[in-house]
Amino acid sequence: MATITELQDIATQVRRDIIRMTNSVSSGHPGGSLGCADVMTALYFEIMDLNVENYKREGNGEDMFFLSNGHISPVLYSVLARRGYFPVQELATFRRLGTRLQGHPSVHDNLPGVRQASGSLGQGLSVGIGAALAKKYNSCDKLVFTLHGDGELQEGQIWEAVMFAGANHVDNLISIIDVNGLQIDGSTDQVCSLGNLRAKFEAFDWSIVEMQGNDMQDTVRGLNQAKQQAKQGKPVVVLMQTQMGYGVDFMQNKNKWHGTPPNDEQAATALAQLKETLGDY
Amino acid sequence: MKEYPQLGSKDTRSGFGIGLLEAGKRNENVVALCADLIGSVRMDLFQEAFPERMIECGIAEANMIGIAAGLALSGKVAFASSFAAFSTGRVYDQIRQAVAYSNTNVKIAGSHAGITLGEDGATHQILEDIGMMKMLPNMVVLNPCDHNQTIAATIAAAEYNGPVYIRYGRPKVPVFIPEDMPFEIGKAIVLSEGTDVTLVATGHLVWEALQAAKILEEQGISAEVIDIHTIKPLDNEAILKSVAKTNCIVGCEEHQFNGGLNESIAQLLVRNNPKPMEFIGIDDSFGESGTPDALMEKYGLKANNIVEAAKRVIARK
Repeated sequence: MATITELQDIATQVRRDIIRMTNSVSSGHPGGSLGCADVMTALYFEIMDLNVENYKREGNGEDMFFLSNGHISPVLYSVLARRGYFPVQELATFRRLGTRLQGHPSVHDNLPGVRQASGSLGQGLSVGIGAALAKKYNSCDKLVFTLHGDGELQEGQIWEAVMFAGANHVDNLISIIDVNGLQIDGSTDQVCSLGNLRAKFEAFDWSIVEMQGNDMQDTVRGLNQAKQQAKQGKPVVVLMQTQMGYGVDFMQNKNKWHGTPPNDEQAATALAQLKETLGDY
Repeated sequence: MKEYPQLGSKDTRSGFGIGLLEAGKRNENVVALCADLIGSVRMDLFQEAFPERMIECGIAEANMIGIAAGLALSGKVAFASSFAAFSTGRVYDQIRQAVAYSNTNVKIAGSHAGITLGEDGATHQILEDIGMMKMLPNMVVLNPCDHNQTIAATIAAAEYNGPVYIRYGRPKVPVFIPEDMPFEIGKAIVLSEGTDVTLVATGHLVWEALQAAKILEEQGISAEVIDIHTIKPLDNEAILKSVAKTNCIVGCEEHQFNGGLNESIAQLLVRNNPKPMEFIGIDDSFGESGTPDALMEKYGLKANNIVEAAKRVIARK
């Protein structure tokens, strides 16, 4: 059990990693990564039951996580490294030729912790359902977690999967939606409004949790609540309010930072706002 | 030439059904997914034997491919099937990312492939699936030629660890491959040896090529007939060996020239041993409604078309 303060310290270091990784290669997606630093830290350091030392892609006997919005790979890589899946020094190879840390997650170089490629949006929920069904076949009582952007919900495959999981009572699945209200072309309301997400998921017979994803205390509460609501006959969705770019004042709540890396000056400003808690890679 | 008596008349999709059932008996990790076509794609045999391992996805092919990938990366052998038009083209991006790039142990099964689907018409008669699937790195592409070979190919696909596309058809067609003929992924079968021309065929066209070879023999022309059940990885050695002997080749398939077996063979020959080649297949057009036989005739996929192509290619030597 980590304390909230310990988790906050880890998340701050993760945010530093995200800024440094995207700045060093002048590419990557810092906005959503920063917004999801808290939930990813909570998942990997508090919520999920993991077998880090003996990692296997099959994930039998442990909780599994699938990042559906693969562009926020910086936060995934940082959290995996900080959790011990691979050396933190490897974060310096992000997006460079020959790296295991591809721009969007890949499995072909067997990076521990990445079980499935993602990047083309809308697919991770289906993959998570498959993994959850495998757990049921294998009589494994662990859970499957997935993370999605809210803009990603515009993909039709998501709703095929939402319908399937509700209809088939895939109740060992917890899907987290990063509701930051922003996407590349503007706000989700401007681009193609998602409407009432709670009502939509309820209509598909999902169990609902709402939480503030940039408040560590509420994030831990919400994820624990999701675990309690799991295995009750319905899949669980966590509608998580966050701000894109959270933790860096000039990036916060601005869709420009979806896929724009900070330049050297911006990175210095950002890092001045983020304490080095665990030591930079 | 070697004779292959007709042993009966059966659909290749039923061969898939029997093969899947057998694979399910051999390995409890085999699971099947379908998108509201369990009977049509002949997953019904598997469903009856292993109802708990049959996942009905409803009419949602994209989700089906993703679920199959999730099951496969968790240790299952996942067969996902629909009509070939919908289990390949409709879900190409899902197959690309979740199956091929992620190298998951998913078997994409495409039923009702090709123009011999017949009356349903062009929306369902996919003639581009082999091209789409063979272009994907990591993907094995199987196109067995009759009922018995489809049984063997399905079992082989289940035993192979990695992504596979297996294509099969709807109509009843001649059964001629002996039940005990060995099947090895990537290993072409020389059905009959000859010296004047090589006839390389895949799927339903293998029977037509055999009939063509018979007609050619009556006319004093010796044709070698090769059954290519695996389009990728292609058995380069078998084809080059045959062409070194005959010095000309006819490729026969129920698919577009673009992206098909013919294209793979042409590429192989151009890079290694350029020789005259003729194509039997679909030349950049969609299909249409009609009986399978009438369509085969209209689109030039019958034995007599292969005979003519063989004579043309011999004349070009």
